[in-house]
Amino acid sequence: MSVKAKPKLHERCVKVYPLFERLWHWSQMALIFVLLFTGLAISGIHNGIHFGPAVMLHTVAALTLLALWVFATFWLFTTGTWRQFIPKIEGMIDVAKFYAWGVFKGEEHPYKKMFWRKHNPLQAATYFGLKWFVFPAIWSTGLLYLTYNFWADSVSDASFWIWLISNLHILSAYVIAAFIIVHVYLLTVGHGFRAHVRPMITGYDEIELTPEQEAYLETNEPGRLR
Amino acid sequence: MFRSGLISLGVRVFLAVSLSAGVASAQQSLPNTSTADHSQFKILQQDFKSGPEVTEACVSCHTQADDQFMHSIHFTWEFDHPVTGQKLGKRNVVNSFCGNVAGNEARCTSCHAGYGWEDMSVTPQEQGVTADCLVCHDTSGQYTKADSKAGHPPLDPVAEGTKTITGAKAWAVDLTKAAQSVGTSTRENCGNCHFYGGGGDNVKHGDLSSVLYNPSIDVDVHMSPEGENMTCSTCHVSDQHQWSGSRYNVMASDAHSEMLKPGERRDVATCQSCHGTEPHPATLMGAKLNNHTDMLACQTCHIPAFAKGGVPTKTKWDWSTAGRLDAEGKPIHEDNYTSSTGAKLHTYLSTKGDFEYGENVEPYYAWFDGQVEYATRDREIAPSSTVEVNSIKGARGDGVSRIWPFKRMEGRQAYDTESNKLVFNHVWGPTTDTALWTNFDWGKSIEAGMKAAGQPYSGNFDFVDTYMYWPITHMVAPADQALKCGSCHSEDGRLEGVPGVHMPGTRPFGVASLLGIAMVLATIAGVLAHIALRVIGRRRREH
Repeated sequence: MSVKAKPKLHERCVKVYPLFERLWHWSQMALIFVLLFTGLAISGIHNGIHFGPAVMLHTVAALTLLALWVFATFWLFTTGTWRQFIPKIEGMIDVAKFYAWGVFKGEEHPYKKMFWRKHNPLQAATYFGLKWFVFPAIWSTGLLYLTYNFWADSVSDASFWIWLISNLHILSAYVIAAFIIVHVYLLTVGHGFRAHVRPMITGYDEIELTPEQEAYLETNEPGRLR
Repeated sequence: MFRSGLISLGVRVFLAVSLSAGVASAQQSLPNTSTADHSQFKILQQDFKSGPEVTEACVSCHTQADDQFMHSIHFTWEFDHPVTGQKLGKRNVVNSFCGNVAGNEARCTSCHAGYGWEDMSVTPQEQGVTADCLVCHDTSGQYTKADSKAGHPPLDPVAEGTKTITGAKAWAVDLTKAAQSVGTSTRENCGNCHFYGGGGDNVKHGDLSSVLYNPSIDVDVHMSPEGENMTCSTCHVSDQHQWSGSRYNVMASDAHSEMLKPGERRDVATCQSCHGTEPHPATLMGAKLNNHTDMLACQTCHIPAFAKGGVPTKTKWDWSTAGRLDAEGKPIHEDNYTSSTGAKLHTYLSTKGDFEYGENVEPYYAWFDGQVEYATRDREIAPSSTVEVNSIKGARGDGVSRIWPFKRMEGRQAYDTESNKLVFNHVWGPTTDTALWTNFDWGKSIEAGMKAAGQPYSGNFDFVDTYMYWPITHMVAPADQALKCGSCHSEDGRLEGVPGVHMPGTRPFGVASLLGIAMVLATIAGVLAHIALRVIGRRRREH
């Protein structure tokens, strides 16, 4: 919308990822790696860690990640950041076309990061799917797996249910693994890997601001500008 | 009232009796709670000439003891099974070791806790057998029984070649010394019979051997002097000469009530009766382990191996090859097994056939509700496949079954090809012309055995492969030597083949894993294709 109106834009170095969000992102990354590594060991794919320690580490990492998610959800809603994650159709086709075609011809990435919209539309839709379907699938099956002994007696054919739960849990885990592969790969598309990773470390990114946004930040949140 | 009060006091005094510290074995942890010194009793200060004379002296004070004892399985060798209705007990069953008692009495009944039971076709009461108090209560350490005198001890003069029930060269027992030494049963009292079941040290059970007289802590955390230094009767508590811990009616799981204090119950010898049903500490790992107690017997993880400490157990016994003699018609023996302590053990005997042994044996695992059904005189077998001499009952979800460890004894033994029943055989009989060990003739041996057992016999026999199961419950390892999770949670883990369990780690490539791996591979392929197209695009633009 602002792209169409073409007001005078100033590119400024703005803090787009506050400290909590960066901590959230990197601890989530570390925990997911621990979970994938121990989870693969538990399912018997590798012997890089013994079964018992793998189960303990998996459980602790999972509970830590759940706690982190509780904090993140609280943060998302109190800060209004949740709006960043609402998917919008607008622009999605352009981004999809870029990944499927334009990128091979050396075109520019069609999406310009905006202050209130730091994810491109395809990215936002993917995160929406992760947050509403895949993550709930993995933590609900994980909790059911962990609490088997509390409910096993109250269902008939508990061994069928635990079989189903374990399979759904494993399948969700592989979906997350596939996401990570694409997620990391797409960092290399567009402005390049370093340019994409740097904001998640420093917090700051080059953003085109409208004069109003710039004035607001200069007056009220000067710390977010560099 | 007054009289019965006195009797119960007498029984209690008797139960509490333990001898003065000087006599008690150094290995025993039993507290000396006795209020009586039996050496001061006039009636015990006599020159006893036979075992029954001693018993007579005992019951002159312990008026109810012989009646109580004579109703126990130690004396009757008979067990009316409350669930299957089968008549079990040594008097009735067939096993895959020496087969049966009937027809081989004076040898087999050398371990009977009585004097002179020489005919299985009558009860010991009918035969007027006197209870043997000393075999369980002697603490002088020099009381024993001769190996083929129907329970009588070797007395002066001891005939040349006499052996004791443990296979040692016999000595003349001093009955007076034994009578004055009586006390609470020590592990020697129990072990001298139970450690030698099946005809030798650890032959039968696998988890009961002479090692348990003085085990290291690695062998048995409960019985080791470095551990709890418990005796058999610490767990196998008795009440009026009835013991807990029946192998014919096992308590496979025990919903131990928190209301009960350890040792309070007299009806069980379960792990849970002391350790409760949530024995692991309140940690993450402890909670996970406690979550396993609805599926596994304690023994399954805590006894990773049996026949520990250097005494092997017999794992296979093939009777069908017995009877091979050398060129001169003399019996042969081959000693091709060497134990970890260097002992040479028989691998072939003309009397008994071929054997195999094992040390530190990994158990066989199965669901077990505590019940076994014996292929004895009232059951037909299906000889086309391996016959289970005592098939294990139980399954997941019946509320009582747990996965238990067993010694699975492999056998090959004779059966009647017409009635399809395992036969009774007459193996021991130095003076008979039908005993297998004297005459090496299977036909005569079986005919005589069936006659002694009162069973019909067609006259035709063959041999069939058998399995016999022995629940493993002794030789508990220290906690740090319990099975590790991965022993079962792995491909081809220990519980492979046990039905009705879902175990992570045993099927690395299940449905979800295969789908997931396919998805990840497809993603990687997509990424690689994307990279390739970008590279090609860049080259085109550069040209």
